[in-house]
Amino acid sequence: MQDLGIRVLFEGNNLLRLFNGLLLVVELSAIAVFCSIILGICMGALMTLKNPLVKFLTRFYLEFIRIMPQLVLLFVVYFGLTRLFGIDLSGFTSAVIVFVLWGTAEMGDLVRSALISIPQHQYDSGAAIGLTKPQIFRYIIVPQTLRRLIPLAMNLTTRMIKTTSLIVLIGVVEMMKTGQQIIEANRYTAPSAALWIYGTIFILYFILCYPVSLAAQALEERWKN
Amino acid sequence: MDVNFIVQHIPQYVDAAFLTLRLATIGIFLSLLLGLFCSLLIYFKIPVGRQICSLYIELSRNTPLLVQLFFLYFGLPKIGVFISSEACAIIGLTFLGGSYMAEAFRSGLNAVETSQIESGLSIGLTRLQLIRYVILPQALATSIPPLCANFIFLIKETSVFSAVALADLMYVAKDLIGLYYKTDEALLMLVIAYLIILLPISLLASFVERQVRYAGFGN
Repeated sequence: MQDLGIRVLFEGNNLLRLFNGLLLVVELSAIAVFCSIILGICMGALMTLKNPLVKFLTRFYLEFIRIMPQLVLLFVVYFGLTRLFGIDLSGFTSAVIVFVLWGTAEMGDLVRSALISIPQHQYDSGAAIGLTKPQIFRYIIVPQTLRRLIPLAMNLTTRMIKTTSLIVLIGVVEMMKTGQQIIEANRYTAPSAALWIYGTIFILYFILCYPVSLAAQALEERWKN
Repeated sequence: MDVNFIVQHIPQYVDAAFLTLRLATIGIFLSLLLGLFCSLLIYFKIPVGRQICSLYIELSRNTPLLVQLFFLYFGLPKIGVFISSEACAIIGLTFLGGSYMAEAFRSGLNAVETSQIESGLSIGLTRLQLIRYVILPQALATSIPPLCANFIFLIKETSVFSAVALADLMYVAKDLIGLYYKTDEALLMLVIAYLIILLPISLLASFVERQVRYAGFGN
């Protein structure tokens, strides 16, 4: 019975179809991570401002996004926006919107904590040896911030890749949906296909995330002061 | 916005919220046990056990809960292992949470100074006494902030349970949208329900975190 199931994987272009689904996952994660980094840096810089209104707004945004499960956000954007404003978004577009909103909040918080973790004396010492403000940022603050930020940002990336699995629930045909289609198509000829297909998807997600988390760990070790 | 509709369907959300909370509590409790067990095996470098735990942690941390659940719920029955959807949700949440808890405990254990352990040994404590009276109290205090973050994370993750046919909050919302086309109302109640569950926990977590920081064990 089990050899019947694994056969399905290699039949026709099934494996290729799964890889296409994987590509979609990679594409979504790449777009989301790229936008989140750019917007997150702005957000983080905003969060270090002393202005109470800015502080309140950014804090509120961060806490709200953080407290909502990503799936709820996906539902709100995918079903809610369509109803409220009549904007007809595809599942993929809604996913991009939610991931960027979420990524910006999380990334912003990481940038903020990295920025405020630089002790004041670093700024002062820079000023004391006669560096201008841009020079202080360019040569002292940014390199140190990046060292703290990059491993954390990579961890956030793996979280985003993992969260992309949810988009199947708002009807995007990605890896999981493709897997379901393959299982359905072979329901009678290979009943045990589900085990193999879902097992493969499990491994594929692992292959996607594991190198990133390994690299994050390695960088964290290396840059530990 | 149909207020009557909202009032009428509050009980459904309450039931769903209790289901979510019940499963989350069991899952979190079991993952705490699993996490503590794994982190101790790794900390004391128990042969074989340590490698198995590390493998488990990497596998569980690098795959999404939804995929784990699908594998358990749709995959395993094909080789004759039948699991009810509730059991499946609990197993899945524990499988996912165990590794996160293990990491939280590990960071706490690593923060215990070697001098503490050596002092304990030098006054003649046995290994179990050492764990019970010296290592765990200090390690737990350091682990509390990441543990709280994990509680919130795991409760949020329960939102995918609807995919294995459990009538949780997501499921109720989807149901109402499908049955009555009351999208706005259903989604609004969904958001509010999660806020009611998670906001107090989140506030409590940041309160506890501050208390622990003041406690400053060993410094």
